[in-house]
Amino acid sequence: MANIKTNENKTKAQSMGLHSEVLTGKTQQKFFNPDEAENFYYWGTYDVDFNKRIDLDVNDLDCKEANKKIDELMSQGYGTIVIKNPQGKHSLGVGVLNKLNLIFEGSLGYFGVGSIDGPTVRINGRVGWSCAENMMAGKVVIEKNAGSCFGAAVRGGDLICKGSVGARTGIDQKGGTIIVGGDAGAFTGFMMQRGRIIILGNVGINLGDSMYDGTIYVGGKIGSFGSDAIESPMTKSDIDWIKRKLKVAEIGEDFDISKMTKVVAGKKLWNYDALEPTEKKGAI
Amino acid sequence: MCGIAGLIHRGKSSNVGNELQAMLQALKHRGPDSTGYALYADNDGQNFIMRFKVGENVGEGSSSINEDESVYDKRKDLVDDMLKNLGAKVLKEEKLTPYSYRYEMKYDEDLMDFSKKIESIESVEILSIGKSLELIKDLGDAQAVLDRYDLGKVTGTHAIGHARMATESGVDIKSAHPFWGYPFSDVSVVHNGQLTNYWNNRRMLENKGMRFMSECDSELIAVYLAEKMRNGATLEEGMKDSLSGLDGVFTYFVATKDSLGMAKDTMAAKPLVLYESDDLVAMGSEEIAIRSILPHEIDTYDPFDGEVKVWQI
Repeated sequence: MANIKTNENKTKAQSMGLHSEVLTGKTQQKFFNPDEAENFYYWGTYDVDFNKRIDLDVNDLDCKEANKKIDELMSQGYGTIVIKNPQGKHSLGVGVLNKLNLIFEGSLGYFGVGSIDGPTVRINGRVGWSCAENMMAGKVVIEKNAGSCFGAAVRGGDLICKGSVGARTGIDQKGGTIIVGGDAGAFTGFMMQRGRIIILGNVGINLGDSMYDGTIYVGGKIGSFGSDAIESPMTKSDIDWIKRKLKVAEIGEDFDISKMTKVVAGKKLWNYDALEPTEKKGAI
Repeated sequence: MCGIAGLIHRGKSSNVGNELQAMLQALKHRGPDSTGYALYADNDGQNFIMRFKVGENVGEGSSSINEDESVYDKRKDLVDDMLKNLGAKVLKEEKLTPYSYRYEMKYDEDLMDFSKKIESIESVEILSIGKSLELIKDLGDAQAVLDRYDLGKVTGTHAIGHARMATESGVDIKSAHPFWGYPFSDVSVVHNGQLTNYWNNRRMLENKGMRFMSECDSELIAVYLAEKMRNGATLEEGMKDSLSGLDGVFTYFVATKDSLGMAKDTMAAKPLVLYESDDLVAMGSEEIAIRSILPHEIDTYDPFDGEVKVWQI
């Protein structure tokens, strides 16, 4: 349990209303007690029925109004929401934290479906920069192309683009899988830390630059390797896993997976060298 | 961060004034300080159109020093005298605002010498010279500038524009985009990004006789390309050369009398969305710019790093 004691000497900020408890020790046990059922739910999530379907035309709504409307519909139990006329608007469908079938009939602008945790999203168009940034779980399928920073900092789930993507795909990726049916730009997998990226087409320069960990599979030509990114032999388990993922993504049915290039971190960068051997083990 | 937009109709003319306004208005959130248009209009192509300013817009938000409007008229008289001395024949003159003019004129001599002499008059800057180029830039959003200069009726084949968020230089017309590719007629440039070897290049180009009117790093692109073309390079060659010659992050458009080009730096740090069809190419910093003129579902894509493209009308 966390140790909580009251600080007798109040600071100015505390006298203005901020908390005065001093937290020490491991606070997780106090605030996320598994015995308390409510701790297993996010604030702002809903139980929805996938068979309850509704169309939402966002042509005359700005992104804030549209996202509020999606939230309202989820609170009414709608589990399948079809967004009409997104018209390349920014930040649509962000912050959906429960199971949901979300379908966009058109293209999205920047930060589309960012910070989601759980929904299945299908976008029948193109997406702009930073699509599905910081996604935690779920599945996002984009039928056309995507902009730069596709899947920046994703932590889980499957993010699939059937077309081509811009630069810095999977920058700072922390988990999950990014699958691209076409080509990818420069700095793909830049500083990625965990997770996997599958590119069926060609990639630009500086592939996997400064990556900490994770794996990148490339089907086409590679512009150049980035700092500390190295090629590694494909194994049978790699091939089996990619096969399964492509099936889920509904792309690359006839693709020859065995000829793909596998790229991993060489782990020679300063951040590894600066660590003590015991710390290094933990970091890797 | 700035927003840029451009379009080219292939094989026909259209109302490019209104189209570019819609695109730039959609990008207003990227740059509310000033807006600029480079419209390639359906002029007769016989005479030069010179747009110039004799002072700055000192309205709300401007970083320029307030001046008495009477000095504008004096400077305009000096320009008229200089034109007479240079042998230029002014066919039509329009006063658009207290500080900016549009002259239609005949002139057959060297434009570099011409521009140097006109700009030797205090606070006078040529915004553009060309047979089809109409370059307009001022403070305010796209709608405000369109209304102020009555651009809604302009028809033409292609256009580029810029919504500026001032960062490293002032909120004034001289630092606003587009930049004219001095001393070439009908060349204009808009840029989104930041150039980090501006001063090195500027000193080098000034030594070669090129002119800089502002302290805005984006002006370097226009001057850089103009210098390359002066030495015989084609527009596309100059643009490809700029990928290594210019340091920093950039996406820029350049337009000439019959072409429109785009270039993206080798790190692809600045956004660009492109739509290409047989009769229209439209591009902008964000997809909403293209959607403002093409509301139906279209296929667009992001050009890759280090990409250079040029389209002809």
